[in-house]
Amino acid sequence: MSRSTRFTLLNKKTLILIVILISGLVFAKEKEESSKNLPAKEIQKKEIKDYIMHHLQDSYDFSLFSYTDEDGAHVYFGFPLPIILWDNGLKVFSSSRFHHGETVAEVDGNFYAISHNKIYKTDQAGTIIYDQEHHATNIAPLDLSITKGVLSIMFTAFLMFFLFKSLADSYAKNGRIASGAGRFFEPIVLYIRDDIAIPNIGEKHYKKYMSFLLTVFFFVWFLNILGLTPLGINVTGNIAVTFCLALLTFLLTNLTGTKDYWLHIFDPLGTTMKWYAKIPLYIILIPIEVLGIFIKPFSLLIRLYANMQAGHIVLMSLIGLMFIFKSWLGSPLSFGLAFAISLIEVLVALLQAYIFTMLSALYFGFASEEHEHHNEIEAH
Amino acid sequence: MEIPVMVGAGLVVIGVGMGIGRIGGSAMDAIARQPEAYGKIQTAMLIAAALIEGIGFAALFAVS
Repeated sequence: MSRSTRFTLLNKKTLILIVILISGLVFAKEKEESSKNLPAKEIQKKEIKDYIMHHLQDSYDFSLFSYTDEDGAHVYFGFPLPIILWDNGLKVFSSSRFHHGETVAEVDGNFYAISHNKIYKTDQAGTIIYDQEHHATNIAPLDLSITKGVLSIMFTAFLMFFLFKSLADSYAKNGRIASGAGRFFEPIVLYIRDDIAIPNIGEKHYKKYMSFLLTVFFFVWFLNILGLTPLGINVTGNIAVTFCLALLTFLLTNLTGTKDYWLHIFDPLGTTMKWYAKIPLYIILIPIEVLGIFIKPFSLLIRLYANMQAGHIVLMSLIGLMFIFKSWLGSPLSFGLAFAISLIEVLVALLQAYIFTMLSALYFGFASEEHEHHNEIEAH
Repeated sequence: MEIPVMVGAGLVVIGVGMGIGRIGGSAMDAIARQPEAYGKIQTAMLIAAALIEGIGFAALFAVS
């Protein structure tokens, strides 16, 4: 293969990527155009709220948009996804059987219905019994379905794998010089190494954390950007996803923790004090330090989740203004604000990925610290 | 029951806003004084802002 053809191939890939990203910003607005036109304002406000809440949740089918036609029937555009349940044996069927949660699905003599985005086992009529706190009391089978969020994660994982695999290959072929998309990604990778990993973790230990930091950065970034496309995906605004990411940071921090890391938690004063003087202090200090182990990843998961969730709510609410104002003044205002917020969201998408990586690196730095105790005491 | 929680969350958000504002202002001052330390100041600023921001989100969670 000649050098020039490879260049055009890679350029095409980059071009497609850029076109997808940019078109996402433009079409994200157009998606809502097809929404409802009901007379009463209150019903409309509730509908906009429901629409936003629906968008924030994961769903069992990949619907791009939906509307109600003149006869009052719901029309959906999208495709169903497989539902995998473990309920006395594996049950695999298409989510089209639920008709977007409107009907009961019958599989091998069992009936299932969707309530509040969860699948429950029901009778033939699909009755779901609620207790006083409005929790469903029906049996919920173990749900391993490939939902919209799972599909997006799989897509991102494959995209990242093939993108970075091909980049690695192009480096090998091209004599260790970046080409094509590598010219875009190389500075980012180097930034993570030189400005995030090395200053926070240190020259000595940073290498073993690099793969995690790079993976988590690009994973979060790609998913954040994907959330701004018209596909209506909200993966990083799902607390389960951010929980798992933070759990990985938590496990890596504590499993690779050095002796000094644990000494810092359980004996922070070291040899600077007599043991009997340390006891009253440690009654307060050690619980705080132990709590800190859990609070650090917890703040990571809440930050990412809340930021993405808040961004989506603000964006959709601003678009919803269009349907509340219903005047020639409202639409440009709503569009202008939504456009400005979209641009901020692109920045936030990168910033949140950066902060997640940055703070993970900081925690890894704590975990791999090695004090030279003698110097510290002499310095005092 | 609802209103005191909301007012409390609002107060927390005011505090968070003031905190992040101070961080941003101080970072500006620091960069003006030492433009060559721009990168380091920005990193420290983002970390501090992110940590405070977490408290604000925690307050908003108490409401929702």
